[in-house]
Amino acid sequence: MPVTPMNNRKLIWSEGKVVPVVSIILFIVIIWYGFSVVLNAPWEYDKAKRSSITLSKVELISNTWSQKRPKLPTPHQVTKEIWDTTVNKKVTSKRSLVYHGLITFYETIYGFVFGTCLGILLAIGIVYNRATAMSVMPWIITSQTIPILAIAPMIVVALGSAGFSGLMPIAIISMYLSFFPVVVGMVKGLKSPDQLEIDQMKTWSASKFQVLHKLRAPRSMPYFFTSLKLGMAASLVGAIVGELPSGGGGGLGFRMLSGSTFGNTLHIWSGLFSAAILAGTLIAIIGVIQKIVLKRMSLEM
Amino acid sequence: MYFWAAIIFWILAWLVNIWISHQKESRLLSLFPPVLFGVSIIFIWESCVVTFNVSPVILPPPSAIYVKFMSSIPILWEDFVQTAIKGALSGYLIGCVAAFIVSLIADKFNFLERGLLPIGNFLAAMPIIGIAPILVMWYGYGWQSKAAVVAVMVFFPILVNTVQGLKMSDQIHRDLMQTYNASYLQTMMKLRLSTAMPFIFNGLKICTTLALIGAIVAEFFGSPIRGMGFRISTEAPRFALDMVWAEITVAAMAGSLFYGGVVLLEKWITFWHPSQRGKT
Amino acid sequence: MTQSNVISVSDLDLTFETNDGPVHALRNVNLEINKGDFVSFIGPSGCGKTTLLRVLADLDEPTGGIVTVNGVSPREARESRSYGYVFQAAGLYPWRTIAANVKLPLEIMGYTKTEQAERVKKVLDLVELSGFEKKFPWQLSGGMQQRVSIARALAFDADILFMDEPFGALDEIVRDHLNEQLLKLWDSTNKTICFVTHSIPEAVYLSTKIVVMSPRPGRIIDVIDSNLPSERPLEIRDSKEFIEISQRVREGLRAGHTDE
Repeated sequence: MPVTPMNNRKLIWSEGKVVPVVSIILFIVIIWYGFSVVLNAPWEYDKAKRSSITLSKVELISNTWSQKRPKLPTPHQVTKEIWDTTVNKKVTSKRSLVYHGLITFYETIYGFVFGTCLGILLAIGIVYNRATAMSVMPWIITSQTIPILAIAPMIVVALGSAGFSGLMPIAIISMYLSFFPVVVGMVKGLKSPDQLEIDQMKTWSASKFQVLHKLRAPRSMPYFFTSLKLGMAASLVGAIVGELPSGGGGGLGFRMLSGSTFGNTLHIWSGLFSAAILAGTLIAIIGVIQKIVLKRMSLEM
Repeated sequence: MYFWAAIIFWILAWLVNIWISHQKESRLLSLFPPVLFGVSIIFIWESCVVTFNVSPVILPPPSAIYVKFMSSIPILWEDFVQTAIKGALSGYLIGCVAAFIVSLIADKFNFLERGLLPIGNFLAAMPIIGIAPILVMWYGYGWQSKAAVVAVMVFFPILVNTVQGLKMSDQIHRDLMQTYNASYLQTMMKLRLSTAMPFIFNGLKICTTLALIGAIVAEFFGSPIRGMGFRISTEAPRFALDMVWAEITVAAMAGSLFYGGVVLLEKWITFWHPSQRGKT
Repeated sequence: MTQSNVISVSDLDLTFETNDGPVHALRNVNLEINKGDFVSFIGPSGCGKTTLLRVLADLDEPTGGIVTVNGVSPREARESRSYGYVFQAAGLYPWRTIAANVKLPLEIMGYTKTEQAERVKKVLDLVELSGFEKKFPWQLSGGMQQRVSIARALAFDADILFMDEPFGALDEIVRDHLNEQLLKLWDSTNKTICFVTHSIPEAVYLSTKIVVMSPRPGRIIDVIDSNLPSERPLEIRDSKEFIEISQRVREGLRAGHTDE
């Protein structure tokens, strides 16, 4: 039995990633089509029984793949729906996925930017002030165990009745959710220089600000980008869930909810896929920036 | 008056915390700052709501929440069992077991690992919560659909962490196993699983929160007349925010308990790891 | 030539409290170091030689005794940047070029940009690494990285150089070469150097004064004034005088050992 040389980890990783990924995706797509038939068949059979028709295998398959309200839409159905609602609709129309996508995007970005800035500030406070660290850090860690996302709808409702509506309350939720991974990651990152590097700075009698800006900040870069990715993902989920109670605001979460309420499964799936594409794109952008910055700093981790 | 009392308490508490931060490290003393901080926040919250006549539909005072909590324990318990135990816990266990099995298979078959890991990483970052309406549609309103949502949500992070952990054993240790002519199974059981444990627990800890969130949010999409998510989504539009906050308190306690449980398990199993021995 | 006390240690004590009871890292240490001395501290692990160096550099605080560096307390000496410190590992920042790494203390201490450029060039010349300014640390070997670390310690005006086993991680051949270079450096800059090592030949080769220490508690067993000439090619290690001094060091180490 061939033993994979695990010390050639890098070799295994860098070459031949495309083929396995593509083949697994293909495999998933095939299985998906299969499940479409299985899950959509009952409805087909019902319909056929009511019109006293018997379906051939081929008819069954092609019918289950083109239902109007399928239990499991096929990939091509979802793609067509996305295409229809993005390219073929005006961006300002409420039927356009781009319209909803943009709403969610803005909520996410505003929340993310503010959450990150706040997170960095608090992290610096925690690293430099022991009183802050001792009082606040346990709460930050504990809050990660609390399903804060569950309150999102309530915050939107509460702020709504106080007169704040629209993008703002949802952006606040996103900010709150992206804040935590950033604080935790940056505290780790700012504390990451080893004792030797700290001692070096001491022998040069460097000021606290000099140590922060010349040593701690560069050393925290890898942690920073990792937390940015987590923060972005959290922010997006926060935006989507925050849209749920809004009842009319818009956005991908709202779209999925209305799809669920009115039984329009294609809306649900296209909304979900769009959210995934949005998340993937935003995180990929951070990833590219990460690669460039870390490469320039010779800090690939 | 009340407000100023709260502010003064906050300042005093902060001064005490500063004093404590200058003392020598002590387990006992280190409990005070977070507790004092939390208490002063609650104090300020209560006084602000009372002093500025904040409407209870925006933010109820802690005292009202406490009263509501105490008087609704049967309902809260029922919700807890529905969401946290039936939905979150079962989904968590299913997702974990599934993720372990797939990780072991992926470990044996390198092709699968190479293909699955990038996809897994991608999906772990996705708003998987969006799957909730779909699963509710398939599995109905009962706790089963919530468990399904949770299982899917925890599957990918645990898969990614486990696969990474299984790769983590040192070359030296693996070479030693090879000199003993140990089989794949023996190497796995005696070396690689133990080395993977810290990573696996990393994933397990993150997923405790994900599980609870998944169960609660999934209930927003449809639920029988109980469950934490159900309660929040019905009480919030009625502006019975004290009940909502009471539910959130339950969720907070459930989340902390769940997380704490996994941490204890981690301490027991990975007692040998530097992070558990107190060497940060 | 007037001998001035650059470093003076009197009744130095450093005790750590640990879970297993107090550890006497240093006890009753007395020492005088003169300007221009090259002093080596040698002893087995746990004898306190690194701790002593760190006390002089104000990186650790003593629990008793008086220490003066350049006539003032170690803290004041550190705050007025009176010494350069070379650690066991080079500790270069991977995100800075070699030149930028050498500039780091100069930036912190507020030298002008022109001064910075001049000094960087000067010290890189001194350690024979001119031409490597734009390279990154990971492009250099371990020995070269350590030379950069030494250059960095020489870049600003400090009369004293503290070195904590700087060549410990390097192989013997590189080490010999660096020992020679260090002596040349010391000769041309006339700094006072305190050097920690656990290699007997290295200590004897480099120093004008050898301080032999032993552990539990950390203390000085012997202080040997070396009578070797200041011109020291590597071959001097085979000379009679060298071997005599080495013997004396060895005896001191053995004596400290059998005391336990």
